[in-house]
Amino acid sequence: MIVLLRRLGFYVVTAFIAITLDFFIPHMIPGNPVEAVLASHAGSIPPQAAESLYAQFGINVHEGLWGQYLKYWDHLLHGNLGLSISQYPSPVTTVIHSAIFWTILLVGASTVVSFFLGTTVGALVAWKRGSWLEGVLPISTFFQAMPYFFLATLLLLFFATDLKWFPNHGGYDFENSTIGLNSAFLSDALHHAVLPGVTIIGASLAGWIIGMRNMMVTVADEDYVLLAEAEVLPPRKVVWYAARNAILPSVSSFALALSFVVTGSLLTEIVFSYPGIGDILYQAVLGEDYPLIQGIFLIITFVVLAANLLADVVYVFLDPRARQEA
Amino acid sequence: MVTTVVDLATTPAGDAPVTTRRRSRVARLPRSPKMIIGLVLLAFFVILAIVGPWLAPYDPGKIVVTTTQNPSAHHWLGQTQLGQDIWSQLLSGARPTIVVSFLAGAIATVLSIVVGITAGYVGGWVDEVLSMLANVFLVLPALPLLIVIGSFLPKGDSANDLLVGGVIALTGWAWGARVLRAQSLSLRNRDFVEAARISGERTWRIITSEMAPNLVAILAASFLFTVLYAIGTYVALGFLGVLNPAANWSWGSILFDATQGQAVISGQWWWYVPPGLCIALLGTSLALINFGIDEFINPRLRSAGLSRKAAKSAGIRRTPQLGFTPVSAHRARRHNTAPSGLVEFDR
Repeated sequence: MIVLLRRLGFYVVTAFIAITLDFFIPHMIPGNPVEAVLASHAGSIPPQAAESLYAQFGINVHEGLWGQYLKYWDHLLHGNLGLSISQYPSPVTTVIHSAIFWTILLVGASTVVSFFLGTTVGALVAWKRGSWLEGVLPISTFFQAMPYFFLATLLLLFFATDLKWFPNHGGYDFENSTIGLNSAFLSDALHHAVLPGVTIIGASLAGWIIGMRNMMVTVADEDYVLLAEAEVLPPRKVVWYAARNAILPSVSSFALALSFVVTGSLLTEIVFSYPGIGDILYQAVLGEDYPLIQGIFLIITFVVLAANLLADVVYVFLDPRARQEA
Repeated sequence: MVTTVVDLATTPAGDAPVTTRRRSRVARLPRSPKMIIGLVLLAFFVILAIVGPWLAPYDPGKIVVTTTQNPSAHHWLGQTQLGQDIWSQLLSGARPTIVVSFLAGAIATVLSIVVGITAGYVGGWVDEVLSMLANVFLVLPALPLLIVIGSFLPKGDSANDLLVGGVIALTGWAWGARVLRAQSLSLRNRDFVEAARISGERTWRIITSEMAPNLVAILAASFLFTVLYAIGTYVALGFLGVLNPAANWSWGSILFDATQGQAVISGQWWWYVPPGLCIALLGTSLALINFGIDEFINPRLRSAGLSRKAAKSAGIRRTPQLGFTPVSAHRARRHNTAPSGLVEFDR
């Protein structure tokens, strides 16, 4: 328990740093951010929006930086992330709220599939060391080096534009189905999620394969594996013993992997116009919607931290040493 | 151990201290086929980065009126809607892409050396604080943070390679710092370092001449890893349009233009496939070199991929495979630590 509390403490500190960065970055860039926003939108911003921008950035308010910072926290604790410019007057939270679940479902499901598939293949490659299975390694290296959005574009080109097996954009067919727990919508959403999901799995699989393979090769040298072999246990059982220990680093490096997966899936969503966070982030960048960009950064950070905490819980559950050390 | 949950995967193999035999081992390094392919590919792209802008037949930004965008004898990869020559953009795009990513890699590596070795060697509360800082930067989602920074940068600064590289490095140093910290932590208590300390060597001298040579391989791997990360990030920022696409021609901004020009839907594959392939191949070359270094650091990762014929001709007797440890003949020297896993999560 103490272990998890310490991790929780770390995530709270990280969230605090993220929030502080989110406040100070616009203030560190030379010039007045609000003027810059107003100038680049050239009069297309309603006066109320401009006013809320001033309030949000705390510019021209007769307060020091510290006062503005406290005010920013006050807004944040009341769940106020400001108003979106490109979708004025929707609050940023509303815009994000409509997109976040698409992303969490897509990225969550793809990451789970990728993790289990990757570690299984990695264990197999290590087991059959020197066989044709090792050909998986260079191929997966190539996929790993390929940018997510390029893989996404290729899949889009072949399977959606040419073969027309899958739809080429969106998260569901809004003409034929309505969002809700009905079979028409669910099958439609699944159909739309196949290509983005395959992209994320394809690009992130290699990391799990290589990590697991390398760890298996190391664990295979341990005495208990040798003993298991000497006892002529069935190979299946020996691999199981080794894999259970080899998988721990994969679980613990989940945090690092997640950061890459999130980045990649944001880009994937953009290619497929998937209605998730990536898509609204892209719109926000194109429309120079600064409050929305900042809000998205905060929300993604919180979700990533929560996922990390979950991975920690799993790790403590799996590894008795982690429980004892506290 | 649990306070740093990623530790297990990142603790590099404790290698024997570098002795005079190191020179011959380094000389052997490029023999691995992965390494050679990687180095050749990388050399190709570096040369492209140097001569590319001069080879470009047209000014990549020059706008001309055009009736067709399709490839022709004059425009090998066709033209954008504005009539800009895509082949010229591709050639000129190599330079900023490679310059920014190597700059970012270099800056991040310097940062990770300073933070990592200091944390590992000094220890105590300094280590606590620096490790925590590194962990924070590892957990923070990098691309959204960079988008926040990038969108507030003045538009003209997109072409400032040093600035862009520095900003990317800001989010890319933590991984290397962790790996270096772990390694210097394990080196600190080795006998030869202990001996140097007892004989009264100064701290900086122990760090530079006793510890640094043992960190070279890991340093190289961490540098390549960061460059790989920087390529992906720089391309992503260009692709998203965060970096002003009109300011310079990177491969990412070609992809941005292609997306804006509906190239995928209208089937203009010659617009976005060449830059995408270039990025993928450049990334693969770095990953391959990294694999080579990884296998060099940890001999057990080398594939047992000697074919039966090659093994026979080399006079190595291959015992029948028993379970999944066909290493009984030459069982590798035992390490207590995990493999370096440097290239585990490249993207």
